[in-house]
Amino acid sequence: MRTRPGIRALQYVAVVCYLVFLGFPLLWLISSSLKSPQEFASITPSLLPKHFDLSNYSDALNEQGLVRGLGNSLQISVYSTILVLIVALPVSYALARFRSRLRPLTNGWILVSQVFPVILIVIPLFMILRPLHLTNTIPGVVIVYMVWSLPFALWMLQGYVAAVPRELEEAASVDGAGRIRTIVSIVMPLLRPGLIATAMFTFISAWNEFFFALVLLQDPQLKTLPLVLARFVGAEGQVQFGPLAAASVLATVPSLVFFAFLQRRLTSGLLSGAVKG
Amino acid sequence: MTATLTAPAPVKKKGGRPRQNREAILLFLPALLPVLILSVYPLIRGIALGFTDARAGLHVETNFVGFDNFGKLLQNHLFWDSFRIGVIWTLSVTVLQFVAALGLALLLNTNLKFRGVARTLALIPWAMPPVVVAIMWRLLLHPTNGPVNELLQKLHLTDHPINFLGDFGTALPAVIVVGIWVGMPMTTITLLAGLQGIDRTLYEAAAVDGASTWSQFWNITLPQLRTVIVAITSLDMIWNFNSFGLVYVLTAGGPGGKTMLPMLFAYNEAFRYGRFGMAAAMGDVMVVIIIAFLFFYLRNRLRSEA
Repeated sequence: MRTRPGIRALQYVAVVCYLVFLGFPLLWLISSSLKSPQEFASITPSLLPKHFDLSNYSDALNEQGLVRGLGNSLQISVYSTILVLIVALPVSYALARFRSRLRPLTNGWILVSQVFPVILIVIPLFMILRPLHLTNTIPGVVIVYMVWSLPFALWMLQGYVAAVPRELEEAASVDGAGRIRTIVSIVMPLLRPGLIATAMFTFISAWNEFFFALVLLQDPQLKTLPLVLARFVGAEGQVQFGPLAAASVLATVPSLVFFAFLQRRLTSGLLSGAVKG
Repeated sequence: MTATLTAPAPVKKKGGRPRQNREAILLFLPALLPVLILSVYPLIRGIALGFTDARAGLHVETNFVGFDNFGKLLQNHLFWDSFRIGVIWTLSVTVLQFVAALGLALLLNTNLKFRGVARTLALIPWAMPPVVVAIMWRLLLHPTNGPVNELLQKLHLTDHPINFLGDFGTALPAVIVVGIWVGMPMTTITLLAGLQGIDRTLYEAAAVDGASTWSQFWNITLPQLRTVIVAITSLDMIWNFNSFGLVYVLTAGGPGGKTMLPMLFAYNEAFRYGRFGMAAAMGDVMVVIIIAFLFFYLRNRLRSEA
């Protein structure tokens, strides 16, 4: 089909409008992070900083709470990602391969966990974790994240498992390998792309998470990066926008790096989960 | 629930099934305990809490109070305000987001140049932490040195700087724009995936019959996309109704409660005033509303499909 030049031009204009709407805020954040305090105070802000100034970044990194928040976020995200993979792999295998009664139950749970407002869950969670001395601890947050990233991880992974040809497993079992052995040595290597994609998703969602952390972590020593950032904003009046913008850029980098790898898989992963699940 | 899980599987056909079931349960085990303790149980407990006078604190007695909390909520005008705001927010964000995302998805589905770049850029908001998104928009909408105000003044659309997030009239619309910005990527990519799944030959046949682009869109694209549209708008609706972090950092429900979404209201009840029972009751009302809404929405959709 050929498109008329007039319409084509309109399409380009529309795409540019979308990209400005979606991309400009990010550009502005990055440029703000590179502006000197004097330039910030100017009444006529410009998109490009007059001269690039990295002092906001060093200011941000000199802030004690921020570096600690970075460390806490990193720890929590890595641990919960590892846990999710360990737990999700066998379950998604069972979901994709067996027609057991656990399957409708699991799918029902995945759905319910999406519909319920987290406020209903967070209060009992708080009441369960407190007597176990797990509120205000990193392990407490890690297991909560593990459970709450699980639905999406299962959704994604079972599509990937279903794509592994059964014949390979049958061949292995003919050779005398047990189920666990088959999973570890046949399925897992073939699932590598799926596992990597799931890991990145889990990492990003743990890294970005705010609500559970807000409720479960009160100790300033343990606060994650989003909590530290939100606190900065809350201290209205003496907000220093430059360092805040720099810290925000730093907080976005890990997600964006993973996202860059994921980008191609995003569509296919979601679709395979949707179709085969 | 546990009973169904451990019940012996009925033996059908050959010996293969019960063994399969046992194996399946074995594979489920590592997930089962954490999910039961940290998801299924809290859910049930949370629903039940709405019928009690539970409060924060370690050794506080909790009593069953029936529908007391709900009665109190009904008389609380702040609660009604919050719900009204929640519904306005949810519907506006979901609908506008859908329209914007559909437009972008249609554009990305054509053979424009730089499509790949555009697609990547369009997805970035999805990967950003909501807290960072909120901070970023606070910079953009800042009354004195934000670019949005500067642009509006240069275009002579306003003669004084507007405090978008601080004025009673503009706070909710401003927050809605940010909500659209955040949710667009996910909706766009889902709709795009749906568009790519439509059989090309349908369009070719329509073109042979002389159907205009508009009528092709109306008679082929939309009906073919229906399942995807219903799925993503339902999810968006749920996510938006339950959203918290973004608005919490943008306005914290202010000014004067003008952006007090139900989740923020419930959060304050629970963790600012320590009224756990009340907050849970609020959560119960939210669940009922979501389920009722989904029921009507999906029923109508499914019926028109049949």
